Amino acid sequence: MKAVITVTGKDNVGIIAKVSAVCADYKANILEISQTVLHEYFAMIMLCDIADLSVSFMEFSDSLTRLGKETGLDIHALHEDIFNSMHKI
Amino acid sequence: MLDTRDILETIQMIHQENLDIRTITMGISLFDCVSEDEKRLCQKVYDKITRRAERLVSVGEEIEKQYGIPIVNKRVSVTPVSLIGGTLTSDGYVHLAQTLERAAEQLGINFIGGFSALVHKGMTESDRNLLGAIPQALAQTRLVCSSVNVATTKAGINMDAIAQMGSIIKQTAYLTRDEQSIGCAKLVVFANVPEDNPFMAGAFHGVGEPEAVINVGVSGPGVVSSAIRRAGDCDLSALAEVIKKTAFKITRVGQLVASEAARRLDTPFGIVDLSLAPTPAIGDSVAQILEDMGLESTGAHGTTAALAMLNDAVKKGGVMASSHVGGLSGAFIPVSEDAGMIAAVNRGALSIEKLEAMTAVCSVGLDMIAVPGDTPEEVLCGIIADEISIGVANTKTTAVRVIPAYGMKEGDRVSFGGLLGEAPIMALRPYSPAAFIRRGGRIPAPIHSLKN
Repeated sequence: MKAVITVTGKDNVGIIAKVSAVCADYKANILEISQTVLHEYFAMIMLCDIADLSVSFMEFSDSLTRLGKETGLDIHALHEDIFNSMHKI
Repeated sequence: MLDTRDILETIQMIHQENLDIRTITMGISLFDCVSEDEKRLCQKVYDKITRRAERLVSVGEEIEKQYGIPIVNKRVSVTPVSLIGGTLTSDGYVHLAQTLERAAEQLGINFIGGFSALVHKGMTESDRNLLGAIPQALAQTRLVCSSVNVATTKAGINMDAIAQMGSIIKQTAYLTRDEQSIGCAKLVVFANVPEDNPFMAGAFHGVGEPEAVINVGVSGPGVVSSAIRRAGDCDLSALAEVIKKTAFKITRVGQLVASEAARRLDTPFGIVDLSLAPTPAIGDSVAQILEDMGLESTGAHGTTAALAMLNDAVKKGGVMASSHVGGLSGAFIPVSEDAGMIAAVNRGALSIEKLEAMTAVCSVGLDMIAVPGDTPEEVLCGIIADEISIGVANTKTTAVRVIPAYGMKEGDRVSFGGLLGEAPIMALRPYSPAAFIRRGGRIPAPIHSLKN
């Protein structure tokens, strides 16, 4: 089972480190990272394997949302199926 | 890996364009609850609903988190209760409505539908008692929704039933006068009612349905609006393509949520309803889509054509995205629940006659329209008869949810809050259809119903 984490907002120091730390804490294995910075706007997308997640997906997603609030970023963790359904036939 | 643009598009649809799943509705059959004894019947109904849908809300919340998409409503629809009420008196039916309310409260759901009767060809004693109970039932409950099917293309129009509905709507408005006649917002009169509709107030669990079923209604006017604005100055063929592609994506999310909910609740998947359902939130409006297509205001000449195209493109895009499509499936044009519609009425651009014309090309009908509180019963019957005729003649579903707001006159406004929104009181024609309505009887089925 895979999840897509999206992080968007104003660029600042240590964004990837903070998100990666949450992933490591909950045993989400990061498979791929892609990021773009456009002017001051930062967009990062992470694909994670969440098969061995140490907590429920709900808790994992909540803690990322919390991190987003703390850092003033928009962070969402969504199951990859929603993207596959919408964009692939 | 997934395409970055696709991922960001999905996130934008959900967080900026109000993409949501409007409702997961669990249909539950109550046929096995039948009992001669009122108390026993109510107990069995309560037990069955609370057992069957016990996990509906929690599963809905889990799915919301997993896919990051809001699921605005979790609802239950049941077998039209006039089919299981048997010997209940009208008082008995009011008790049954209270039972449904208690079950809904216990489950934590938003609405429960099915306080309903199918009387398109005539009424049983049980139907008659249920109809008699509707005003009290709606006044004494908050979550119970009622619907009455008064016509089908096959059977014609039961004008006796329509005459009665005029009176029932007025009584309901009076009994809920302290809350701006909100009871009428929970009551729909239908032609060709679908048996698997997940949307309220018209949802019930049809007689051809299984023991229980999961139906899902998607939303997404904001997403369609944004896509149209992005498309810029293209011609209508190109615009239809844009709408189709957007509808496909919206519906795929509905299908995903529906199959996941069905799996987790161990209940068969029924249908995805392809309706574009607006909310009073800014940017979540069907009227806004019509205006983005190029109308100065909804209600302008050209509105019906734009709506017909929108409705068709939504269906074409949606139908390929779902294994089973059903319910109402079309753009909704409720007045009070759509900020753009409210604005169009306020600026004098949108009249009830134009709304009636619009219902000929979309679902579902004259919806959430507030009219003066002193509107005579016969005029309400005339409004219903006109709208129902459009459904019967065009072999489609139409419905009327009209609120004769007690004590209010043209220019006033009702405000229900939440998803029900607010509505200006609309002007009606002053001439009486009373003698026509008094004739009663049935309007025969149209010739094109004879297809065999």
